[in-house]
Amino acid sequence: MSAATSTRIPEGIGTRVRRFTSRRASWIPVFAALGILLALLLAGQAYFGNFLTPRVLSSLLLDNAYLLILAVGMTFVILTAGIDLSVGAVLAFTAIMGARMLSEGVPVVVVIPVMLIGGALIGLLIGVLIQFFDVQPFIASLAGMFAARGLAFLVSLSSIKVEDPAILWLQTKLFNIDGWYLSPTGVIALLVVAAGALVLQFTRFGRTIYAIGGNEQSARLMGLPVVRTKLLAYIICGTCAGLAGVVFTAYQGAGYPLNGIGTELDTIAAVVIGGTLLTGGSGFVLGSMIGVFVYGTIKTAISFLGAEQSWTRITIGALLLVFVVVQRVIVSRSSRR
Amino acid sequence: MTKIFKHRLVLPIAALVALILVNTISRPSFVSITVRDGQLYGSVIDILRNSAPLMLVALGMTIVIATRGIDLSVGALMAVSGAVALTIIDGSGSPDSPATLGIAIAAGVTVTLIFGAWNGFLVSVLGIQPIIATLVLMLAGRGIALLITGGFITTVTSTPYKFMSQGYLLGLPFAFYVSVVAIVLVALIQRRTALGVLTESVGINPEASRLAGVRSRGIVWGAYAVSGLLAGFAGILYSSNIMAADANAAGQYIELDAILAVVLGGTSLMGGKFSIAGTVIGVFTIQTLKSTITFLGVPPAVSPLFMAMVVVIVVLVQSQRVRNGASKLWATVSSRKEAEVAR
Repeated sequence: MSAATSTRIPEGIGTRVRRFTSRRASWIPVFAALGILLALLLAGQAYFGNFLTPRVLSSLLLDNAYLLILAVGMTFVILTAGIDLSVGAVLAFTAIMGARMLSEGVPVVVVIPVMLIGGALIGLLIGVLIQFFDVQPFIASLAGMFAARGLAFLVSLSSIKVEDPAILWLQTKLFNIDGWYLSPTGVIALLVVAAGALVLQFTRFGRTIYAIGGNEQSARLMGLPVVRTKLLAYIICGTCAGLAGVVFTAYQGAGYPLNGIGTELDTIAAVVIGGTLLTGGSGFVLGSMIGVFVYGTIKTAISFLGAEQSWTRITIGALLLVFVVVQRVIVSRSSRR
Repeated sequence: MTKIFKHRLVLPIAALVALILVNTISRPSFVSITVRDGQLYGSVIDILRNSAPLMLVALGMTIVIATRGIDLSVGALMAVSGAVALTIIDGSGSPDSPATLGIAIAAGVTVTLIFGAWNGFLVSVLGIQPIIATLVLMLAGRGIALLITGGFITTVTSTPYKFMSQGYLLGLPFAFYVSVVAIVLVALIQRRTALGVLTESVGINPEASRLAGVRSRGIVWGAYAVSGLLAGFAGILYSSNIMAADANAAGQYIELDAILAVVLGGTSLMGGKFSIAGTVIGVFTIQTLKSTITFLGVPPAVSPLFMAMVVVIVVLVQSQRVRNGASKLWATVSSRKEAEVAR
C-alpha cells in the first residue's frame, strides 16, 4: 500500500492514523459524510434552536424511509460498478399497481408480494440485458426506467387513493419512545439497511459483489459466480425499489404515476455522498444511510428556512461535487493500480 | 455480405426508412407537404423544425461520447440558457430590438459555455467520472435556472425571439437552418481538420494517445465546453418555441433522447469512432418516432413504454451484430468486453 506502513517511525497516534487511513481508505469517505452530517445537524441547531429535537430527528428517518431502501439496493448495484436509473420509475410503477389492486379489493397479503415481484422482474430484465446482451448498465437501466414509467401510466393516469388499513398502518402507527417516533416503515427501512450491511459484509455473495466491483476479470478468473451475482444485484435493487413502492404508498396514502421523477438521481447522489465509489468495489450500506440522512437534513433545513426547494438540489449538487473530489483525491493517493 | 451492408450506417438508415414507411402506410398524409404563402407545411416539416433542439444537443453529445464520456447536464443547461435569455429580454425596455436579442442570446450561451467548461474541468483535469461530474450540474442546474427566473415561468413577447423557432425563411422553418448550420460546422471542424481523428484516438485509448503526444486533456475539455455551448443554443430555441422559460420542463429527458440518438446512429458508448451522419439520422428517427406515437393516438403518457421497446430493440440488434461479426471470437472476447463495460 502506501509508504506509511513500511517506514520505521516509532508508533505514535499520527502513525496509527496514517496506517488506518491507508489500510481502510474506503472508510474515510464514510467518516467524512458522518462529519458533514453532524456539522449540518449542529449548524441547524445553532441557527434554528429547535432543530436537534427528537421529533425532527425521528421525521428524518420517517420521511426518507423509501429513499433509504432505494439507496441500499442502489449500493449493491453501484458496488458491482453498475448503475440503475430505473428505481424512481419502478417505485412509481409498483406504488400505482399496488394502489390499483387494493382499490379493486385484492387482499393486502397478495398485493405486497406482487409489488416486490414486479420490482424484481424489472431488475431481472435490466440484469439480463447487461449480462447476456452486453448492454451498458446506463442504457439497460434507462430502458427499465422507460418501461416502468410507461407501465405506471398504463395502470392509471391519475392518482389512486389507498384506504387499506394494513398499508396505512405502516405509516400511521407510531411507536412513541420518550418523544422519539418510529413507524413500521422506519423499522422496515432500518431492517433493510441491517440486512444489506450484513449480507455485503459476511456472506459469500456479498464479498463476491466487492470482488466484481474491484476487478470483474479477476473475479471471473478466480472462479467466482460473476453472472449470477450481478444478476442478483440488479434483482435486489429492483426488489428494494418495489419495497420502497410499498413504503411510499403508505407514506403518501395514494399511488400516482408521476411519483419518483428524479428520485434515481437523489438516490445515486445519496449513495455517492455516503462514500461509495461509482467505479465499484468500495463502499458501505451504512455510508449510504448516512448519505440519505445528509440529504434529508438539507431538505429539512431548507424547509425550516422557508427557502425555495430548488436550493435542495443546488446544495445536493454542490455536496456531491465536494465528495466526488474528495474521493478522487483518496483514490489517487491510496491505490496506484 | 456486400460492402453496402457492412457499412455502419445501414442499420440506422434502415430503421429510419422503416419508420417512415410505417407512418406513410398508416396515414398517407404523413409525407404530403402543402405550400401556403410560400411556406411549407406538413408532418415532415414539423419533424425538421421540432428536432432542432435535440439535434444541437445530440451533436455535442456525440463529441463527448467519442471521448468516452457522457454529458447528463445538457437538459439542465437548456433550462439555464432559456432562463438567462428570457430574464434579460423581460427586464429590457425594448424586447423587439436586435441589440437586446443579441445580448440575451449571447449571455445565455456564454453561461452554458462556462458550465460546459466546468464539466470539462471536472472530467479532464480532476479526472472525475463523466457520469458523476455532469450529474452535479444536472442536479444543480435546474435549481440555478429556478433561481434566475425567481421560481416563476418567465414569459415574454418578442417577435424576433419568436421567429427563431417559429419563423420561416425561404419556405423552410428557421430552426431547421440552425440545425443545418450546426451540423455543417461540427462536421467541418471534426472531419476537415485533424480534431476528429484526435478525438477518436482519445476515446479509444486516452493513455496511449497522451503518450503519442495528443493533448487529450484539452480535447476532452473542449468536448464538454462545446456540448455546453450547443445545449445553450438548444435552450434558446426551446424557450423561443414556447416563449417562456420553464425551468422544470425545459429539456427534460433530452439528455436521454440525445444519448439514444447517438447510440442509434451507431456511435458506441465506449468512445472512439463516432459518426455525425449517424447522429443526424438518429435524431430524425427519434423525432419521427415521437410524432408517430402522437399521431397513432397513443396517450403521450404511455409513450415511455414505446421508447423502452425501441431502446431494447436497438441494443439487442447492436449486440446481435457484434455476435454475427465475431461469432468465433465471441467466447474469448466477451469476457474482456464485459470487463470493459463494467469499467
